[in-house]
Amino acid sequence: MTPVRIASGQGFWGDWLEAPVRQVEGGPVDYLMMDYLAEVTMSILQKQHARDARLGYARDFPPLIERLLPTLVKRGIRVISNAGGVNPHACADAVVAAARKLGLAGKVRVGVVSGDDLMLRLDDLVRRGQALNNLDTGRPLTDVRPRVRSANAYLGARPVVEALRQGAQIVITGRVTDTGLTLAPMIHEFGWGETDWDRLAAGTVAGHIIECGAQCSGGNCLVDWERIPGLDDPGYPIVEAEPDGSFTVTKHAGTGGRVSVATVTEQLLYEMGDPRSYITPDGIADFTSIRLRQQGRDRVRVSGIRGAPATDSFKVSVSYFYGYKAIGTLVYVWPEAHAKAQRADRILRARLKRLGLTFEEILTEYVGVDATHGRLAGKPHPDLAEVELRVGVRAPDAAPVERFTREIAPLILNGPPSVTGFAGGRPKVEEIVAYWPALLPKVEVTPVVEIIAA
Amino acid sequence: MNRPRGKRTVQLLRLAHARSGDKGNTANVGLIALRPDDYPFLVKQVTAARVARHFRGMIEGPVERFELPNLCALNFLLHGALDGGGTISLKTDAQGKVFSTALLRMEIPAPPGFRAR
Repeated sequence: MTPVRIASGQGFWGDWLEAPVRQVEGGPVDYLMMDYLAEVTMSILQKQHARDARLGYARDFPPLIERLLPTLVKRGIRVISNAGGVNPHACADAVVAAARKLGLAGKVRVGVVSGDDLMLRLDDLVRRGQALNNLDTGRPLTDVRPRVRSANAYLGARPVVEALRQGAQIVITGRVTDTGLTLAPMIHEFGWGETDWDRLAAGTVAGHIIECGAQCSGGNCLVDWERIPGLDDPGYPIVEAEPDGSFTVTKHAGTGGRVSVATVTEQLLYEMGDPRSYITPDGIADFTSIRLRQQGRDRVRVSGIRGAPATDSFKVSVSYFYGYKAIGTLVYVWPEAHAKAQRADRILRARLKRLGLTFEEILTEYVGVDATHGRLAGKPHPDLAEVELRVGVRAPDAAPVERFTREIAPLILNGPPSVTGFAGGRPKVEEIVAYWPALLPKVEVTPVVEIIAA
Repeated sequence: MNRPRGKRTVQLLRLAHARSGDKGNTANVGLIALRPDDYPFLVKQVTAARVARHFRGMIEGPVERFELPNLCALNFLLHGALDGGGTISLKTDAQGKVFSTALLRMEIPAPPGFRAR
């Protein structure tokens, strides 16, 4: 049996728009997987949905599909994506409209996976004893219930498999796990059973490797970074999956980037918790069982993966209104750039205090000195060319944050000298939507699969 | 910083590479031996306690360590590292993306035979 080729086309919402085009045109693939969702992304989509009920999905997706669809139809490539965000039906409608516009009516079946949205059932669940305690803090959801904006269960691969079984060429989901999007076509093609834990774990590991796009194929790779070729046209990863659960990670010939044991290992460790117990709704993967072998140029063989039975819970991600924040920046320049930036920070804080503004936090960083590595960065160079002063504030109410944003620009003319870099204007006040991770018994959630014919 | 005295030391950057990410208010750093032969040495030297000392004052919670001998890698969880994490954090590195190279700044004793390399 020839392996099933699953190509990663997006690693997050905002990823390289050319990648999916390169994946379907650059060589043979069977499935195009596009992961759009992260917790931060869900909060952005939720905000957009609150402003306009027709939004709440990755708006890049329908025009992208419009661009790809003639090739997808010609080559029989199927697409699986969680671009649906908090509004998969609206996303599917936009894709169907694109298909009709291209004259492909009757030729494209779109699958929609929903049922992850728990918002309307939240009070009922709490009433029936589902406390939805915060996994990190142990606090009950009632702490933040009035401020809850959305609540979604992380569904697994199974409803995507069902959409594929019903003939969907494009499967659009709400909150399906990143890894489930890659595992689903393997289950569908190879007929893996619901308790085939080792193979389900293998498909999950494959999903983890390619869910961040080029981050496993030479992007953001520290090893030998200056000699990784062709990052102007990086090859996004492709998994060549086999029925026994082993697979090869590769990329199209002629593309840039690199697939090596080093690039794949870095990605395996990305966002890792306990490696023996990588929990997904489809099963548990043991990352300490993974064997990697360089099998040739830009080919890494992955095998030996062991799994364990799935738990009886879905992870639930609840978003809730937290408060407001703003971040202001100014660039101070030689001579004594760092000292000027530090002085400006003291002046700014004194003014905020005199105004009687209170914040949950004021955080000052000096970009170019120690913003990311703190004291580990060591003593700053005494003669820095420039330093960016970066001050962030956070508060439960908008008013003090709003006032803060008006205190940055005045420093240009009434503070320390040699300052520039304020062309962006006044900082924006941002609403903070925070996340509340919880667990819910699987029996409480019923995934829904619908097929729409374009 | 954390420089063992009276011994020839080496920066971790010379022995390992790393990638980091976030989970809520926790940053994870995956530390990978550049040469498989050095992995046992890293297991011995780069303990959770030592990493906690390295990041003292920069993280609020404890450090956990997991071993992945199959990948010649160690995974560290730095709890309370991200000023609330995700959307709440005011930090430039709110998602812990460059804790990786911050760990690679650590000085440890040079492994046997390192000088001859």
